[in-house]
Amino acid sequence: MTVKTDTNPTEVIRKQNIPDERGYYGNFGGAYIPEMLYPNVEELRSNYLQVIESADFRKDFELLLRDYVGRPTPLYYAGNLSETYGAKIYLKREDLCHTGAHKLNSVVGQALIAKHLGKKNIIAETGAGQHGVASATVCALLKIPCTVFMGSKDIVRQQPNVLRMKMLGAKVVAVESGSKTLKDATNEAIRHWINHPDDTYYLIGSTIGPHPYPDLVARLQSVISEEIKTQLMKQEGKNAPDYVLACAGGGSNAAGAFFHFIGNEKTRLIGTEAAGEGVDSGLTAATIYSGTPGIIHGCKTLLMQTPDGQVMEAHSVSAGLDYPGIGPLHAHLHATGLAEYLPVTDTEALEAAQMLSRAEGIIPALETAHAVAALSKLKFKPDDIVVICLSGRGEKDLQTYQQYFQKI
Amino acid sequence: MNALQNLFQNKKQNLLSLFFTAGYPQLDSTAGIIAASQKAGIDFLEVGMPYSDPLADGPVIQQSSTLAIANGMTIEILFRQLETLKGKTSIPLLLMGYLNPVLQYGTERFMGKAAACGASGLILPDLPIHEYREEYQTLFEKYNLSPVFLITPHTSDERIKLIDELSNAFIYVVSSAATTGKQQDFGLTQQEYFQRLKSMNLKNPLIGGFGIHNRQTLQQAWQNLDGAICGSAFLKKLAEAPDARKAVEELKKDLGLMVE
Ligand SMILES: Cc1ncc(COP(=O)(O)O)c(C=O)c1O
Repeated sequence: MTVKTDTNPTEVIRKQNIPDERGYYGNFGGAYIPEMLYPNVEELRSNYLQVIESADFRKDFELLLRDYVGRPTPLYYAGNLSETYGAKIYLKREDLCHTGAHKLNSVVGQALIAKHLGKKNIIAETGAGQHGVASATVCALLKIPCTVFMGSKDIVRQQPNVLRMKMLGAKVVAVESGSKTLKDATNEAIRHWINHPDDTYYLIGSTIGPHPYPDLVARLQSVISEEIKTQLMKQEGKNAPDYVLACAGGGSNAAGAFFHFIGNEKTRLIGTEAAGEGVDSGLTAATIYSGTPGIIHGCKTLLMQTPDGQVMEAHSVSAGLDYPGIGPLHAHLHATGLAEYLPVTDTEALEAAQMLSRAEGIIPALETAHAVAALSKLKFKPDDIVVICLSGRGEKDLQTYQQYFQKI
Repeated sequence: MNALQNLFQNKKQNLLSLFFTAGYPQLDSTAGIIAASQKAGIDFLEVGMPYSDPLADGPVIQQSSTLAIANGMTIEILFRQLETLKGKTSIPLLLMGYLNPVLQYGTERFMGKAAACGASGLILPDLPIHEYREEYQTLFEKYNLSPVFLITPHTSDERIKLIDELSNAFIYVVSSAATTGKQQDFGLTQQEYFQRLKSMNLKNPLIGGFGIHNRQTLQQAWQNLDGAICGSAFLKKLAEAPDARKAVEELKKDLGLMVE
């Protein structure tokens, strides 16, 4: 019985009081949106908890997670990595989810909510294309028309995912404004929502955006840490690891992997951010490291901005981490010391991707490779249990890998 | 009473306001636009503070913002420009923009400067109402600035009443649920929405914006509401015309108004 309350997301959140009723995580979060968005966001805010805690939703969600997404995903003991880095290293295999990344967990949940709210259309933004593919997939399953906004720069570097979305019947809108990456894809998705408020659900891909999105996405992704807990107990006889490593773009896989361990003194939670060409190079996406408090896409968080408050363009070789902000949960975990964040450069990530491919026979997504790269930045004790959230698989990045290594 | 409130005391109908992005088309266009607007009998102005991520705006205002930022416009420079006009112009001014640049400038510092430059009010569309009440209202009062809130056809009556309660200059009536510059014509839905607002007997004047670009849309706003705001259409004229005077003149022609 105690195990049950322990794994209930609401209980975990209540313990930390994050977010509070208005969606604030300490000084971060909230809902900074123009009136045009207010009714839709308010509709979601006043319904989401009731919906996701209802027996009907849980039944549908859990069934789809099991039989469609393929959960639970294995917690794989990576023997070769363990030997190399001198710790017990486990990989939480989100890359084995249907469509190849953790994104599907949240998409399944949000699409069910959209149905529940009677929405007829779904829109989504995407960077790496993983969230776009996940959205297109579930929309095909649930027969909901799907439009995905994607920066034209990302369309070029993540072609395989563009083709997948089209195969699945989604409409992909190339975003030409601003940075032509995730930031402006998000702007265009929001603008589309403003212009189509009546029957459209905006399916956000990460723990970003106005309240309740960061909380909603974190709760839906919390299945990751819930499973880690159960699996560790079975495999190691422990209910918490010493380390959890996860990459953080908007922060959804990290939020999911950290969730049940937040505030647990035994566990060091470490997020890795994309440092691009280096944190001080001016070409970076290391938001926690180089960001300051401000507002982006409807929430208060850390973001990369000029002293005048103009949002700067991020830079990362990884489209899924190429975002100048980070979810408010992470800004808060950083501010309170509940989690740590390490910058990882493009080169370090690319090398880590190759290292993991050769050590374990697992080709990670470029985003995920940023988490793997943290291994060589940390000092472990031999019996430390380290869990890496292997957020996604690397097929979509083969072109980038090939360009970097010349030949595979 | 600030200049804007004064205006509404004296003029009750057919008000016309223009919105422009500061720093567009040129960094130093501000003074010319303000002078030309005043001369042409425009009732009040919204001075847009450009922002990199204007998520409620359509392509016209987006592009003007991008260009204004590229021209080097900042809040500091805008304040300097407005300071030099103080005492030389009488047209009431509002500053309009997204919250983040204001936060970075420093909220109280911003309000103090805005008031010192002669601004009558602020439109910060992404400032949540609860936060306004808890953290901003006393500052607005201290600096005699009017807060202006937006309502849309989807805003509930209850919320409209709350906004009416909190406002002391006017309510910004967004014509339809859409980003700026998107609307072509005002149809039956807009008429019904305007009528619904009228029947609520609110204490503040209602000024309609988003989509005012020709005689028909202006007249519909004027017939049902107390005034109209023209933004994207004005920016287009500013881009095409040789100077601000000509831009205002061309716009007035499009709106079916007399040009002296
Ligand atoms: C495999 C993978 N991991 C991580 C991310 C980053 O997103 P988040 O920080 O929300 O987990 C993405 C985003 O596209 C992704 O595709």
